[in-house]
Amino acid sequence: MKDVFVTYNNIISALGFNTTSNIEQISKGISGIKKQEDKKLMKNPFYASLIDTYELDKAFKKFGNGKIYTRLEKMMILSLHDVIQQSKITITKKTALIISTTKGNVDTLDSKSEFPKERAYLPELGKQIQHFFGFENEAIIVSNACVSGILSIAIAKRLIQSEVYEDVLIVSGDVVSEFILSGFNSFQAISEKPCKPFSKNRTGITIGEAAATVLVTANKKYKSDDAVKVVGDSSCNDANHISGPSRTGEGLYRSMLAAFSEAKIEPSSVDYISAHGTATQFNDEMEAIALNRMQLNNTPLNSLKGYYGHTLGASGLVETIVGMQSLYYNTLYASLGFDELGVTENINVIKKNESKELKTFLKTASGFGGCNTAVIFQKAM
Amino acid sequence: MDVIQLLYFKKQCNLDKKQKINSYCHITKNTVFINGKIIVQENEELTFSEFSKKIYKDNNLSYSKFFKMDNISKLAFLGAELIFRHTNILKQDDAIAIVLSNRASSLDTDRKYQESISDESNYYPSPAVFVYTLPNIAIGEISIRHQLKSENAFFVFDKFNAEFLNKYATVLIKNKKATTVLCGWVDFDNNAYEAFLYLVSQNGDVILTTEEINRRYQNKN
Repeated sequence: MKDVFVTYNNIISALGFNTTSNIEQISKGISGIKKQEDKKLMKNPFYASLIDTYELDKAFKKFGNGKIYTRLEKMMILSLHDVIQQSKITITKKTALIISTTKGNVDTLDSKSEFPKERAYLPELGKQIQHFFGFENEAIIVSNACVSGILSIAIAKRLIQSEVYEDVLIVSGDVVSEFILSGFNSFQAISEKPCKPFSKNRTGITIGEAAATVLVTANKKYKSDDAVKVVGDSSCNDANHISGPSRTGEGLYRSMLAAFSEAKIEPSSVDYISAHGTATQFNDEMEAIALNRMQLNNTPLNSLKGYYGHTLGASGLVETIVGMQSLYYNTLYASLGFDELGVTENINVIKKNESKELKTFLKTASGFGGCNTAVIFQKAM
Repeated sequence: MDVIQLLYFKKQCNLDKKQKINSYCHITKNTVFINGKIIVQENEELTFSEFSKKIYKDNNLSYSKFFKMDNISKLAFLGAELIFRHTNILKQDDAIAIVLSNRASSLDTDRKYQESISDESNYYPSPAVFVYTLPNIAIGEISIRHQLKSENAFFVFDKFNAEFLNKYATVLIKNKKATTVLCGWVDFDNNAYEAFLYLVSQNGDVILTTEEINRRYQNKN
């Protein structure tokens, strides 16, 4: 089967509007998470990683009338535009558009929204993005909870290998809304302080918003300097509980197992793990158990939630892009918010930035519905 | 790494063999069709809640979690239940992937949840409702019921897209991610609902094509 690569990319987040500016902030240990006082989103002050609305609208100005697009659509258009421009890709019948999102424009259900409620249908979001860029194919929307972003890469790779499409542009995004904040709050899952993944002092998640885009292709002419090869991938359900992770990490363990089996490499050859690390008690514990079952307890690992918060449908893609930069710059980035290990099994959480030759990384994610995904990437030669 | 080898071996497929339609199930307007035959037809006046409860009882189901599910999960759950009762495929196999799709995502439940937070004087967000505001929860419910620790994906399209689902199911089997794929459409939107599920595997009488699937879908049977 042909080699498939993840190449040109972009991140729109509180840390910046392109990948380079995001990495600059991460390398300085700067987080996008800030104390927010916006009563439209939440009654009491809360922590979240939000994109500055003024900056977003300013950046969008050159693309036309900002009033006819929702916040999420603007983020996605900006992100996708950057990747199309960098890669100079020609969009043809063989180019697919994948949109990864959990809630799309759900904020338009609110009676205070200026947009019609029909905009909350995900295919409406799909049409806005498809027509803006003139894609010939209907958008393939992946809505599979918090694994959506990373699962989209697995899906794109499989579709290209089977010659359904030649190139796939994946744009992912979710916005912080009252809907999301009140929901996670009803679960008592939101941390009162910025989240602290894998820490003894963790008290829950911090929500964030972002859009991210990658080009997935087998075409060498679209290979960027920071490109990585997708060498193995899998997604397995826990078949255990719809809102709580498996105590044994079964689905995540099986996902990793199958990804390694496809990649035909040993877990010991992984140089870095970009974990999910939401900073809830159960999730982080489950990940530590699954990683130990896979004998990955000594491999350097981080969660990027300390920089971005949990960006839901975007998180897997944002974190893959940061992982690509780790390989490109041969740098392990500190897992922000981590102090003392707070899971029962040992794992090697990265405490400070470190230069190191890196070739292979593993990205994992888990989400509601019992879903898990693992993808292994290698530096493209 | 014996387990890795075992896992790989288990999902070997015959690359030359074509994928087949093993069985299919259609539930809409208070009627259930299995492999083209009507097996249940209830009065259209019944609400979905009444109808789904009747299917549950008539099939002697004993699964209390069913009553906690939202509408789309109940619909997907019943579709999977009935299709697995009418197939020769071994259910205990870990290699049955689930690939579902629809138009309205989880909007039916999203609207209920939105109602619970829109009035400050009547604010009652519930975690039991919030958890169902994701379409793939329906896949989770089927996975739990049938103990399928397998590949999942939930796609959203403007309308039923047999071409894409067939291609993706074939990709999963050929790439050794699964040996069987439970795929289809499960949509619930403002009291209108429709489930059309089919099993794709290398065992079956009819070769999987977009035309064959669309014909079965459009005949609404």
